This record gives sequence, structure tokens and C-alpha cells, in this order.
Amino acid sequence: MEIFGVPLPALMGQLMLGLVSGSFYAILSLGLAVIFGMLNIINFAHGALYMMGAFFAWMALTYLGIGYWWSLVLVPAVVGVVGIVIERTMLQWLYKLDHLYGLLLTFGLALIIEGLFRSEYGVSGLPYTIPDELTGALDLGFMFLPKYRLWVIAISLFVCFATWFVIEKTQLGAYLRAATENPKLTQAFGINVPLMVMLTYGFGVALAGFAGVLAAPIFQVSPLMGSNLIIAVFAVVVIGGMGSILGSIVTGLGLGIIEGLTKVFYAEASSTVVFIIMAIVLLIRPAGLFGKEK
Amino acid sequence: MKAKRIVLAVAATLGLSTGLAQAQISDSVVRVGVLTDMGGAYSDLSGAGSVIAAKMAVEDFQAREKPGFAIEVVSADHQNKGDISSNKAREWFDRDKVDVVTDLVTTSTALAVMKVAKEKNRIALVNGAASTRITNEDCNDVTVHWTYDTYALANGTAKAVVKQGGKSWYFLTADYAFGHSLEKDASDVVIANGGKVLGAVRHPFPGTDFSSFLLKAQASGAQVIGLANAGTDTTNSIKQAAEFGITPKQSLAGLLMFITDIHSLGLKNTQTMYLTEGFYWDLNDETRAWSKRFFERAKKMPTMVQAGQYSSIAHYLKAVKATGSDDTQKVMAWMKKTPVNDFFAKNGTIRDDGRMVHDTYLLQVKKPEESKYPWDYYHVRQTIPAAEAFQPLALSKCSLVKK
Repeated sequence: MEIFGVPLPALMGQLMLGLVSGSFYAILSLGLAVIFGMLNIINFAHGALYMMGAFFAWMALTYLGIGYWWSLVLVPAVVGVVGIVIERTMLQWLYKLDHLYGLLLTFGLALIIEGLFRSEYGVSGLPYTIPDELTGALDLGFMFLPKYRLWVIAISLFVCFATWFVIEKTQLGAYLRAATENPKLTQAFGINVPLMVMLTYGFGVALAGFAGVLAAPIFQVSPLMGSNLIIAVFAVVVIGGMGSILGSIVTGLGLGIIEGLTKVFYAEASSTVVFIIMAIVLLIRPAGLFGKEK
Repeated sequence: MKAKRIVLAVAATLGLSTGLAQAQISDSVVRVGVLTDMGGAYSDLSGAGSVIAAKMAVEDFQAREKPGFAIEVVSADHQNKGDISSNKAREWFDRDKVDVVTDLVTTSTALAVMKVAKEKNRIALVNGAASTRITNEDCNDVTVHWTYDTYALANGTAKAVVKQGGKSWYFLTADYAFGHSLEKDASDVVIANGGKVLGAVRHPFPGTDFSSFLLKAQASGAQVIGLANAGTDTTNSIKQAAEFGITPKQSLAGLLMFITDIHSLGLKNTQTMYLTEGFYWDLNDETRAWSKRFFERAKKMPTMVQAGQYSSIAHYLKAVKATGSDDTQKVMAWMKKTPVNDFFAKNGTIRDDGRMVHDTYLLQVKKPEESKYPWDYYHVRQTIPAAEAFQPLALSKCSLVKK
């Protein structure tokens, strides 16, 4: 059986791979959406922090002998702490200003972080191997899917929906949303708003670090890995609607799949298709697919 | 008394002649510009290392030849963009009086700067870029393509792999001038040696996830997947091919790989792959001696691009000294008529199309257990003689070649 001249098994295989890259989009754009939704900061340093996550995983293994599974827990925490330091020392002074200031500051930070890693480790990248438990592959009939990629899809979906659940469905999430909506009033109810904001930024950034650890075994750990990805991730956030949690998850996965299909039919356009969709969405729904018009 | 007068006269004439020579070097300083990728995908294989190699060439020349003119090295980052390169080259030629621009990694930047060099009548020494267009359709008389090109690499690697029985090929190609050029040159070699090409997929540059493209290549059933890309694109392709179980069932042929790529991937991921290079640090005592000096400054072994940088700049400086001039035509004429003999090339010659022809090496990556010391990565399987390594002049599309 063929669809537009492409055998069905091949198409299924490509859809599966689209879902894998969609998982990375989802988890990164989710972090961005949380930060923008709660703090009104356009966090351009996100790609650099993702790269930092991958590098920390590599350093943990090389210098300290800490393996993949512990890294998956520890590295996001360390990256989160880096985020908290950034928030306390720099970002907190910018909340009342225009978005542009936050964007410029985080963009500058991204360049500095990337430059530091580049001058220390060069750009060719460092090897990080897949953990023993996840090596090998499953024969799905239509394709040969490495177990590690399957793990990436599963854990990303879990983390994304857990985050969505916490923010939209729990007491803590309600406080958070209240704190963004009306910080003064929320503070009057005895809730420590600056603390919540700080932790939120730390959490958003930790998500980037988490994605970095997930990416380390399949991409070379390289200082450029963040900047290669971050522009597309921003497009995902814009398409999903700035600050929309569910929007970023759904569009992340969806665009991964669309990109995967583009690779089948016209590979040359696969890095452009996300932006074409962004342009169309902005023309039709300027607030994004899931965003609310203000 | 008479003897003393003769000595004086001779000394005066000598002084005069060196004075004359100096007068012919514009503003009495020779400026070497290194225009390279300082932070992007190709910065490990050229970048800061290319600047170090240029400085070494200048320092060694000054120590050995004691020239009567000053030499300066300037460098800039072209970010792999053609427009930035041509602007920088223009600025260097017009304002900063740079005499020669070197390195020029990435084909698009090389093609852009070659045009400016021709317009301003200065010299371009291309070491980083790979496309054969530099010495074919776009050739000019102020450019020398020194280290390697896509023909030389495809010729070495593809021929060896086809002879080993890898008859059917599928290409994974970076979607820009260089990738297309490499794919075309390799396809020609495969077909000429009795193999066949089943197809190709073009991926955007730079990419991160190559799994979809690799699956297409896998579905093609080809014995060999030719990687017509470079830098992190190649390393990610190799890593992901292993992940998807494509290797070792199908084999990979890296058509443009540098020692920095092998270093970054590790021998476990790359063992037994074939590749072709214009230089390997561990060829003989001379290459080892130079490379160890380079290592002390750069903290890594040189790539062929960086070694070529040294060789080409040294040859250029010799030409300036010998002709006593930095006049482009005079220097080019000397460089073309004088063979290149140094640790990089033995009896290398620059042809009319601007191609410096020298021996290249077919290498095979060692297995981890075969590597005895740091950077001990290759078996040298064959030395491809200069006459066979590069595209024959008879096939050249360059307008400067008399037929």
C-alpha cells in the first residue's frame, strides 16, 4: 500500500520519528511557555540552558562518573539552580519593563554561555553513549525503532502532562496563576509572590536542562546544539499561543510530525516548514492556535 | 684601500637593491588575512587553529629567511556567510592593505572572496573550502586552491569503497553548493568504477536530527551510504546511523571528514571507515615534528586545512622575498613556477586553473585496540600520487586552461 508514492511502512516510520523530534519541541516550548505565561519574560537563553543540560550530563559522566539515570534527576536541578541565580541577580529587575528588555538580556546571556562552552570544548561535540538499559531497538514491523527514542517520547509526554496538570488543576497552580494575574492582590492573601516567580523560572529552565540530558545520547553534545534548535522552538511557542501551556505541548508534537512528513515528501523544505506554518497562523489567528486575544 | 672601496661599493649596491626591493612592497608591510569560521560548525577544523598555523608560518619565515620587510597577520570571523566574507575582504583590501586572504572555509565564502580578490587584484589562498567550482567554472588567476577538493576526496574514498565491493550507493547530501558538488563528484567516481547510484536525499544545512534521512537511505537498500556533508552534520549522521542499526549492515562513507570529527566521535563509532585527506599528522618525522609544535600551541593535532594554511602562506612569503615584490602577478607567476616542498607537500605544483596538486592519502580509521597513543587514529592505506589525486586538467571547465 502506498500513499502519494510512499510505502505505508516508510510513512509510519517517519511519523514515529516526527513524534520524537516533536517531543523535544514540546518539552522545550513548554518551558518557554511557563516562563512567558508566568513571568512575561521571553527567555532567549533557553537554548543555551538546554545545551548546558547536555554538557552537565557529559561532565557528570566524565569527571564524576555519574551515569545517565542520576543525571536525568540531578542535571535539571543544577540547571534550575543556575536559572534561579539568573532570576535573582538579573531578571527580577526587568519584570515591569517592556518584553524587549528581558529578551535582550537573555539573548546576551545565551551568547555568553555558548561562547564559554565553545572556547572550552570547541564545536565538534563530545560523545555521550546511550545507557545500557536502552540500547538496542524494537522491530515495530514497519520500522526498526531504537528503544531510546521510544523512551524519549514516553518520558516527555509524561513530564509535559504532569506540568500541565500541576499548573491547571492543582492548588499550587491556582496560586501561580493568581500571582501572574494580579501579583499585589495575591501577595495580600499572604502568598510569597517573588518566591513563586523565582521557583517558576527555575522550573522552566530545569525543563530545558532535562531536554538537554534527553538529547545528549542522540545528538553530539555540542555548544551549537541549542542555537540550532531554539528558533524553531520559538516558532512552536508562537504558533501554540504565547504562554499557553497546553498549546505549546500540542503544537510541539504536531509540528514535529508535520516536519517529519515534510522530510518524506520534500526534504529540502523540512527546516522551513515550521516558519511557513507560523506565518499562516499569525495571519489567521494572531494570538496563536491556543492563545487568548487580549 | 682599493679592496675596501670595492667592499663599500658592493655593500652600497646591496643596500640599494634591498632598498629597491622594499620600495616594491606596498607600504613595506606584507599583510596576511585569515578569514575563517571562528565559532560555527567549521571552527574546529579551521578557525583559531588556522590563525595559529598562519602565525607559525610567518614566525618561521622571519626566523629562517630574515626578510627585509615586516609581516602582519590579521584575522576575522566570516560566520560561514558569503556576504560577510566579501564585505570583510573588501575592507581588508581597500582600507587595511591586506595582500593575501587565506583559509576561506565554506565554499560560499571562498567563491565570494575570490571575486573580490580578482576585482582588487590581490591573492586568495583557499584552504578550507572544498568545491571543485573554485578551479572550474569560477576559477581566476589570483586564486590558489591548496589543500583538497571534493574531487580529490570522492576520488580517493569512493574508488576505494567501490573496489572493496560497495557497488550500490545512496547519498545523504547537505543542501548547498558544497554538498551538491561532493555528491556529483562522488557519483561520477562510483559510476566510472562500475558501481551504481540509487538516489540521494538533500538535508537542510545545518541539521540536527538525521534519522528520517537515514531511514530513507536504509530503505533504498544501498550497500553504501555516502555522507556528502561535513562537520557536525557528518558526526551526527554517523552517531545516529549506529543508533538505528543501519551500520554495520550498510556501511557509511564519509566523503569529507577531518581528524577533529574522528576525535569527537571516538574510534568506537568510526572504526574501519575509509576517508581521504590531504595531510595526516602522523605520516613521517617531518609531519610529526611540525604537528607537535602546532599541538603545543593549539592543544590539538592539526587538520589538513590548518597544515595547508602553513604550507600555502610559507610558499607565498617565499615568493614575495624571491621577487622582492608584493605585486600580485609577479608573486603568482613565481608561485606557479616554483614547486612546493615542505612537510605538507613534496613537489607540489600549482596548475593554470589554480589547483595545487600534491599527494593525498587514503586512510582507514583504526579500531580502538589498534590505537597506541593519543591522536593515533588512522592506517594509511594508500598514497594517491599527485597526478591521480586531482581532477585531470583535460576535464577542467576553467577558462584559463589552454586546450
